[in-house]
Amino acid sequence: MNCSIFDIIGPRMIGPSSSHTAGAVRIGQIANKLVGSHVKKAYVTLYGSFAETGRGHGTDMAIVAGILGMDPDEGGIRYSHFTAQQMGIDIKIEFSKEEAAHPNTAKVHVVGTNGQEYTYIGTSVGGGRIEITSINDLELGFSCEYPTLIVFHEDKLGTITKVTSILAAEKINIAFMKVFRSQKSQAACMVIETDSQINESVLKKIECAAENITEVCFI
Amino acid sequence: MNMVFSTGEELLEICKSENISISEAAIRYELMISERDRDEIYEEMRLNLKTMKDSIKKGLSHKHVSMSGLVGDDSITMLEFASQAAMGERMAKIVASAMAVTEVNATMGCIVAAPTAGASGILPGVLIEFAHQHELDDEMILKGLFNAAAIGVLIAKNASISGASGGCQAETGSASAMAASALVEMRGGTPLQSLDAAAMTLKNVMGLVCDPVAGLVECPCIKRNALGAVNAVLCSDMALAGIKSIIPFDEVVTTMKNVGKMMHIDLRETAKGGLAATPTGIKIAENMAKAKQKTSQADNSKRD
Repeated sequence: MNCSIFDIIGPRMIGPSSSHTAGAVRIGQIANKLVGSHVKKAYVTLYGSFAETGRGHGTDMAIVAGILGMDPDEGGIRYSHFTAQQMGIDIKIEFSKEEAAHPNTAKVHVVGTNGQEYTYIGTSVGGGRIEITSINDLELGFSCEYPTLIVFHEDKLGTITKVTSILAAEKINIAFMKVFRSQKSQAACMVIETDSQINESVLKKIECAAENITEVCFI
Repeated sequence: MNMVFSTGEELLEICKSENISISEAAIRYELMISERDRDEIYEEMRLNLKTMKDSIKKGLSHKHVSMSGLVGDDSITMLEFASQAAMGERMAKIVASAMAVTEVNATMGCIVAAPTAGASGILPGVLIEFAHQHELDDEMILKGLFNAAAIGVLIAKNASISGASGGCQAETGSASAMAASALVEMRGGTPLQSLDAAAMTLKNVMGLVCDPVAGLVECPCIKRNALGAVNAVLCSDMALAGIKSIIPFDEVVTTMKNVGKMMHIDLRETAKGGLAATPTGIKIAENMAKAKQKTSQADNSKRD
């Protein structure tokens, strides 16, 4: 794999740790992108090394900052708990003693001001890069390095074509695509990483493309 | 010609056949693998340079207290002592700059990971303070940064730049190797001298373990950044003097990877071995855990 020179010199970030701090901000950011509105409530559980050394690395502050929509290089990360309180957002952080598959793992349960509700698991895999490994108990995997479209649906023949043909018509190129499902004909999800942004009207089109599409998120 | 180099040999070949510097090869590499154009690549690196300069300034402007309360003002102490330093005032100032950035990092200030946050002091400390001392402009520092990035790419591709997989040799070792190579180019050396400098730097810290006390990027990380700065300057001097690395760069990188693999897991950022496992290290970790418990209890009572 060819890494960018800016993976070597970069990112610009609030310290002290690219995985425990910058990566944690990015995991937090997924919360408000998933709900597609401001966050009303977020319960965060930190596992493994996140739980062990999280306080010393500001992991809790970093995740909350991400939930508030801050970037990894914003000075306000240090004061995110206070800011969240000021904004009336209900936030709870738990440092768990349970084992997790990856040492730097966080589980976030988020409720948006629009009532949307998600639980997701994110891991910080080094250098500030992250991977989302589960949403609403469905195991999946994506890195958030690209604009990412997530379509939740019931596993049914032809659904993928309906979604991808809309993207093609809108001239949105798919960089990577993966499909996950719990079991045949049950809850499934497409993770589509694209080369360009997808606007609200296209998202609506996708949501209405088939009856078995239950939810569409763009991250 | 394919500009996407994967080994030091390939990088040297590109520099030779195109008659370009390592910094220019790094830019052409990025042009090939990313969707950015030359202006965007320069702009991104300028933003990095600005953040690096700000972090040095911030670190040396006032004393800080880190997340654990363990560290925060050693860079200023070093700077104040610089005129008496046996290594010379200039070197002492470079060391102080490197420590300053790492202290800013430990106190949740803004830095540029280079290549990681834990090793973020070495490259800016060496390049920016050296340029300052020799009245070199930002263009020259940018060249240094691009050169350093090429070395970092080679190490990331063929070994590792993270303490968790390769120990401190991979983290501050890589940062030093990058700074050494960059300094050679900034001082008019050849691409081969740059790679020799980088190779010698890595050789000097081969086997260095990652053993952060209480798992924090503080002790011994800040002092290892100080060492990394000296190591980089030393090896750029050796290379420019005409001293060659007996083991070539590519072989050093491969062996650094192998040594990392041989390293016990306790010595790779898990805070279970090395200095983290000393009686004092354990005590610090225990005290922090107690403080953590107290804060959680306080948090819970607030919620109730």
